[in-house]
Amino acid sequence: MKYLMFICGDENLALSPEETAAINTATDAWVREATARGVRLDGNRLARTDAATTVRARNGEVLVTDGPFAETREQVGGYDVLECADLDEALEIAAAHPVAKIGTIELRPFWGQ
Amino acid sequence: MTVDDAVTQAFRSGWGRIVATLIRTTGDWDLAEECTQDAFARALEVWARDGVPDSPVAWLTTVARNRALDRLRRATTEAKKLKEVAQAPTPEEVEVDVDGDLPDDRLRLMFTCCHPALPLEGRVALTLRTVAGLTTAEIARMFLVPEPTMAKRLVRAKHKIRAAGIPFRVPPAHLRAERLGGVLAVVYLLFTEGYAATSGDHLLRRGLCDEAIRLARVLTTLEPDEPEVRGLLALLLLQDSRRDTRTDGGGRIVTLDEQDRTRWDSREIEEGLALLARTPTTGPYALQAQIAACHAAAPTAASTDWGRVAGLYAQLGALTDSPVVALNRAVAVGMAEGPQAGLTLVSDLEQSGALRGNHLLPTVKADLLDRLGHADEARAAYAEAHALARNEPERDHLARRLAALRTPP
Repeated sequence: MKYLMFICGDENLALSPEETAAINTATDAWVREATARGVRLDGNRLARTDAATTVRARNGEVLVTDGPFAETREQVGGYDVLECADLDEALEIAAAHPVAKIGTIELRPFWGQ
Repeated sequence: MTVDDAVTQAFRSGWGRIVATLIRTTGDWDLAEECTQDAFARALEVWARDGVPDSPVAWLTTVARNRALDRLRRATTEAKKLKEVAQAPTPEEVEVDVDGDLPDDRLRLMFTCCHPALPLEGRVALTLRTVAGLTTAEIARMFLVPEPTMAKRLVRAKHKIRAAGIPFRVPPAHLRAERLGGVLAVVYLLFTEGYAATSGDHLLRRGLCDEAIRLARVLTTLEPDEPEVRGLLALLLLQDSRRDTRTDGGGRIVTLDEQDRTRWDSREIEEGLALLARTPTTGPYALQAQIAACHAAAPTAASTDWGRVAGLYAQLGALTDSPVVALNRAVAVGMAEGPQAGLTLVSDLEQSGALRGNHLLPTVKADLLDRLGHADEARAAYAEAHALARNEPERDHLARRLAALRTPP
């Protein structure tokens, strides 16, 4: 089963440089372990939502707006593609991600598996 | 035994097992349910003609499995599934599984239905449909929702299991304790829904309690070494022993101290107490069962070992941090050490604000104040409770309490 893992958190959360460094180190370790185990196929961090642009095509017209598609308290800050035996394995991998402790992780299975 | 009785009995003991086995072998929940349904329909005809087979559940499993094979054969694209079904254990093996070393498929089914990735209402509905074999219409009536709403709830839950990749299995050791808690919670919720004295169809509610007890029994045969599983079954039995005395003929609430204890079900009490005799009291269900046992063992409310009840509530409170448990502890302390000691605990709880808006706190407070002879304060607390009560039987009960104040104006 393939899952897309959305890494969500409050991008305006005020973290000290030490806290930020600790999360980065822990995330690097998570990426190494999950990749070595073969359950993480791909993934990346995303730029802040102030760099987001929303596009809609309606009646032949392209509407471009600044910002993410919805204003929410937590924003998608990164993603990982997982290949797991089942949801229980994906849950275990997701729960071990450092952001699970301070933000929220959403697991979405790929369409039509 | 008539054919109808034989089918009913086979339904009770076999439905969940057959559905579970077919889900394991086909991976298709709808197919499993439909083919099991068909097998029972055939049993009614064939058993009336040929007599009831020696092993009814094995007979039903074979018929259901063959039906599933037929349907999958017709859908030729399902070649892989077909192979698995053909290789599934024979009915004899399935029968052996029940007492053997292999885990009963019903256990997989219960853990899957109660997976935390499903919404709680979906877990409850799915357990009743697939494990207990209740119809969608029956479940809808029990939870007072329209049948299409319940049907949608079941479809969503089954869809999520498939689409999200929820495994059909008993979770591995490191997840077991946590997930077992979820299964026990669903069984307990089924029971408390049925135990609610104040709403809904009496017979349906009775059935819900019976079903919860039956599922708890299944869990004790499958997980005989888990103290909380035995604790839950004991708790359900001990609470159920009192159910017919909790309301009078007119549907009015009868509190524990006023219930006719000679009408408590002594068989259920004996079984509950026997279970507890060999269960360590460490988890929340076993603790609650021990509290229920204190009441069950006392011939009158006054002779209850209130000191022990208070101690058990203190232990339970330390585990659950629940304000309702704290309030129950205050009641027990009020009985064991006198109303002033109980009132002190109630005041602490009131200041914490955890039960604000709930009628239970002022109800307890009113009783303690009345026993202390503070009639005016008791009256004010009953009035507050009356204003907060959620339904008519509760309001009626509080009005009667107010009228019966020990110290009339």
